Amino acid sequence: MDTMSEQGKAPGALGRMWRWLRRPAVAVASGTLLVVGIALGVAGWGGFNWAMELTNTEGFCISCHEMEQNVFVEYRTTPHYSNRTGVRATCPDCHVPKDWVHKVLRKVQATNELYHHFLGSVSTPEKFKAKRLELATNVWKGMKRTDSRECRNCHDFKSMDLSTQEGRASNLHQKALESGGTCIDCHRGIAHQLPAGADAAVAKLYQALGYKLAHEEGYFKGNGGNGGNGGNGQ
Amino acid sequence: MRNRVLLWLALAGALLAGQALVPTLAQTVAQNAGPVTSLRGEIAVDETGPASATVGQAKPTAGFGRAYRQQPPLIPHRVDGYQVNKDFNKCLSCHAWPQNAQFNAPKVSETHYATRDGEPTDEVSRARWFCTQCHVPQADAEPLVPNAFKNAREVGGAFK
Repeated sequence: MDTMSEQGKAPGALGRMWRWLRRPAVAVASGTLLVVGIALGVAGWGGFNWAMELTNTEGFCISCHEMEQNVFVEYRTTPHYSNRTGVRATCPDCHVPKDWVHKVLRKVQATNELYHHFLGSVSTPEKFKAKRLELATNVWKGMKRTDSRECRNCHDFKSMDLSTQEGRASNLHQKALESGGTCIDCHRGIAHQLPAGADAAVAKLYQALGYKLAHEEGYFKGNGGNGGNGGNGQ
Repeated sequence: MRNRVLLWLALAGALLAGQALVPTLAQTVAQNAGPVTSLRGEIAVDETGPASATVGQAKPTAGFGRAYRQQPPLIPHRVDGYQVNKDFNKCLSCHAWPQNAQFNAPKVSETHYATRDGEPTDEVSRARWFCTQCHVPQADAEPLVPNAFKNAREVGGAFK
């Protein structure tokens, strides 16, 4: 059509519309660009976040048998799955940060996990068990570095009423609060089983990071220590 | 004669009573076809029954003491969810030497650090690994059956 008008023939109604579309006034052009841009932006941004949230569900996590048959079955026996109050924390609640920047960074990291999934690095229970201490240590290290950020989404010292806790727990939490301790210092193996050699690995990790563990700090001495509930963990 | 009639009557009565007591095959089958009764009671497997009453954990601050010299000490705290399996033993996180001092926890007896042939080991013997086979927590509840239990010292004898 365009070539037809260039040949000198008067353009028809369709041709005029086409020309108006091809060379619109500046205001119309920038307006259209803006509207389409905003629409695409909203759709793109929303779509991106929607897709990212899809990968942030328990169903997505256990769609890989490595997760479903190892860590998920263990988690199902723990208080984070079933408890007195009926509040449940699923995989992403503990393993994916809530705020956007850290979440996207974690998602980028997760591409490494995809790589190892296709490589079959932990494709059998035996392989998983052999690698378990290393994987768990990674999580402990991350938790220590971020002051147990994902735990704190629900378990925040600021909203914790120590006076309603059992004597032993109250005492130890008080000490942790005063000395800047964090959840993972004691609460390990609470949603998944601990691998062989876990205690020694933790001691080594904390030494490398330059921290002391609760019992090394003397938390359990004096009135905090008699009888009570196990201490390290649960 | 009269005695003999009575005897026959008694025998006939016993026979009838016996028949009434012994269920026929058909009756037995009918009974077995009813709902399965187990520790769950009459609740079918696909139904949810009422929650059973929970019992708290007895936590005497000074421990339970022992009823006789060789008694494995009882556990005066909760152990629910403690992982004790082939790979890991949560109890030992606090109770094994040397960290038991830092945790202010009673030390696992040295008798537990030897193989069954008496060879000393640096780790709790696998024969002693599963703590709750001998050491158990106690429910904070009245005895199910009234009893007059006395410990070895109270009854005297070899332990006095």
